[in-house]
Amino acid sequence: MAKKRYMQAINEALIEEMERDPKVILYGEDVEISMFGDTTGLLDRFGPKRIWNSPICEATLTGMAVGAAAAGYRVVLHLMFSNFIYTGFDAIANQMAKLRLMTGGQVKLPITVLAGYGAGSSNAAQHSDTPYPVLLNVGGLRVAVPATPADAKGLLKEAIRGDVPTFFLEATGRGGEQGEVPDEDYTTPFGVASVLQEGKDVTIVSMGTMVKPAIAAAKMLGENGVEAEVLDCRTLVPLDEDSIVRSVEKTGHVVVVDEARDRCSAASQIAAVIADKAFHALRSPVKRITVPDVSMPYAPNAELVVIPDANRIVDTVRALLAD
Amino acid sequence: MGNTVTSENAKELPTSEQLLGMYERMLLIRGVEKQLSADFKAGQLPGAVHLYVGQEAVAVGMCEHLHDSDWITGTHRGHGHYLAKGGDPRPMLAEIYGKANGICQGMGGSMHVADFSKGIVGANGIVGGGLAITAGAALAANLEAKGQVAVCFFGDGAANQGVFMETLNVSTLWGLPMIFMCEHNTYSEFSPTDTVTAGELADRARAFGMPCTVVDGNDVTEVWKAAGAAVARARDGDGPSFIEAKTYRIHGHIEAEVHFLSSTYRDEEEIERWRQRDPIDRLKAQLLSSGAADDAALEEIGTRVQEEVTAAEEFAQAGAPASETLVFDLMSVGQNH
Repeated sequence: MAKKRYMQAINEALIEEMERDPKVILYGEDVEISMFGDTTGLLDRFGPKRIWNSPICEATLTGMAVGAAAAGYRVVLHLMFSNFIYTGFDAIANQMAKLRLMTGGQVKLPITVLAGYGAGSSNAAQHSDTPYPVLLNVGGLRVAVPATPADAKGLLKEAIRGDVPTFFLEATGRGGEQGEVPDEDYTTPFGVASVLQEGKDVTIVSMGTMVKPAIAAAKMLGENGVEAEVLDCRTLVPLDEDSIVRSVEKTGHVVVVDEARDRCSAASQIAAVIADKAFHALRSPVKRITVPDVSMPYAPNAELVVIPDANRIVDTVRALLAD
Repeated sequence: MGNTVTSENAKELPTSEQLLGMYERMLLIRGVEKQLSADFKAGQLPGAVHLYVGQEAVAVGMCEHLHDSDWITGTHRGHGHYLAKGGDPRPMLAEIYGKANGICQGMGGSMHVADFSKGIVGANGIVGGGLAITAGAALAANLEAKGQVAVCFFGDGAANQGVFMETLNVSTLWGLPMIFMCEHNTYSEFSPTDTVTAGELADRARAFGMPCTVVDGNDVTEVWKAAGAAVARARDGDGPSFIEAKTYRIHGHIEAEVHFLSSTYRDEEEIERWRQRDPIDRLKAQLLSSGAADDAALEEIGTRVQEEVTAAEEFAQAGAPASETLVFDLMSVGQNH
C-alpha cells in the first residue's frame, strides 16, 4: 500500500490496462496534454496509435466509440467535463446503450467513458453538473462514481476489462485527495457498496463527491453521541441495494446524499428502493440531501448554498432523530 | 463479394458477369421489398417498414466492391444495404417478422437488421446515426491496417445533421478509410429535399478537400465506377471520399403512411417520371442490348430470385416467436461478461 492521489490512481489504472491489452485505445479532447492529469504521460508511453487528441465534436466521439468497439477495440473515451455527455448524448442513448440488444447480441461494446463531474470550483452552470441521473435512466450502461483513489483505480480497471458500456465519472474536485492504494494488480467489482463507518443510529448513503461530506457529518454526529453508518455506493449501476437495505434494517433512519439535482436523482432512486424493500424497518421518512432543481451558480458563496455539505447532513439527521 | 477494384482499373467498366451479379442482387432487393409491402398490407408485420424500391443500384453498385471484412452502416431504409452486402434474406425477413430465427433474434426489427459476420454493422433508426459509427469502424480499420474500408449509406436528410460535418472533418483529419455514400432520394421523410436543404450536398464535402462525385443513382454502372474509385482510394490509405447518388424513393417514406397522412405530398406524374428511369429496367435493357444476356437468361435469374424470396417468406413465417427473456440477458449490466 502507498498513498496516492485520486488522479494518479486513475492514471495508473489506464497505464496498467493499456499495457495489459493492446486493443485498449484512448481518445478525447486534449488527452495528450491532460487537463485533469489522468492521462498524463500516456502519449510518451504508448504512442499516437493508442492515445490521441480529438476535435471537439462529442456527437461524433461517442458514436465513434461504438463503431470502434464494435470493430474489436476496447475504447476509452475522455469527454473532459461531464456536461459534455449531453452534447454526445444521441449516440450514448440511441446507439451505445442499445446496439447489443438491437443486434440480438451479435456485438459487445467495451467502452469506458471518462468525465469529471461536480461543482464547487466556480466553473459555472455548464461545467459543474452531476449528470448521472440521465445515464441511470437509459438502461444498458454502467455508472461508476468512485470517491477514493483505491476505488478509482480498481473500478476503472474493472470498467476497461468489461464488455458493457461504462461511465466512469471522476470526482474532479477531489483530484488532489490522497488515499492508500494497493500495490498489486486488483480490480474493484461493480455493484458492491463499501461501509466506510459502522453505526447503529442512522444510515448515511453517499456516493462520489458526497462521500467526503458524509464522513465529516458522521464525525460531527459522533461527537454528539449519534453513531452514523456511512455507505459509499461506489457504483450507481449496478447498485448494491442489499447493502443499503441491510444498513437501514439495522438503523431505521436514513439520509441519502447526492450532488445531482433532486428530481429523479440517484437519491430519488435509492429512496424508492428503500421504501420498497425496507419499509418495515423505517422509523422515519427517507430524506434526500441533494442539489435543488437549479443550475449551478457561478459565485462561490451562491454555489456553496446549493451543494450539500456536512452541516446540511447533520441538521437533517438531527431533525429525523428528534421527531 | 465482388472483385476488388484497385486504383489502376477503377475507371474500367464492370464485366458482363459483374453486371449480371448486380442485376440479380438488385432483383432480390426488389423482390424482398415487394414481398414486405404485400406482407404489410396483409397486416402480417408487427412494425413499420421503409422500403428501398427504386434505390437498388446505389447499395448494389457500392457493395460490389466490398468484402465481408469491410464494414457498412445503413439507414432506416436499410434492407437493401443488408442484402447488397451479402446478408441472407431469410433471417432478415424473420427479423422483420419479429421471430426468434431473425438475424437479430427479433430484438431489432426492420430498422436494425445487422449481420456482423458480413460486416453489416446495421441499419439505423436515427437519421445520421450511422455516420459516427462508420467513422469508428474506419478508425478501427485504420489501426488494423489490413486494407479494410467502412462505408456509410446515409440520406440527403442525414446530411442536415451536425454529425455529418463532424465526421467529414474527423475522417479527413485522420485519413480514415471511409466512404460517405449519400443517397439523395428527393425526400426527407415527407418533405421535398429542396424545402429543407440549402445548397449542394457535395459542396459540403468538397469543403474538406475530399474527392466528391455526383452520380445518377439509378444507373448501377455509374454508381459502380464512382464507388470503385472511392473504395480503392480508401484501401490505398488515401482517406475518405464522398459520393452523392441522385435517386428516388418510389414507395412512400413508410408503408403505413397512406393510413395516416391527410393529404398527398407528391404527385403521380413525378413518381411515373422516375419509374421510367427504374434502375433495374435500365440494367435489363443494357444487358439485352449489349448481348450480355438474353431473355431466357434473365428469366432464369428472375425465377431463381423469386424462389429465394419465397423461401425467405416461408422461413420467416415458420419461425418461432421471439424470446421474451432475451432482452434482459442482452441488457444486463450485472457483471462483466
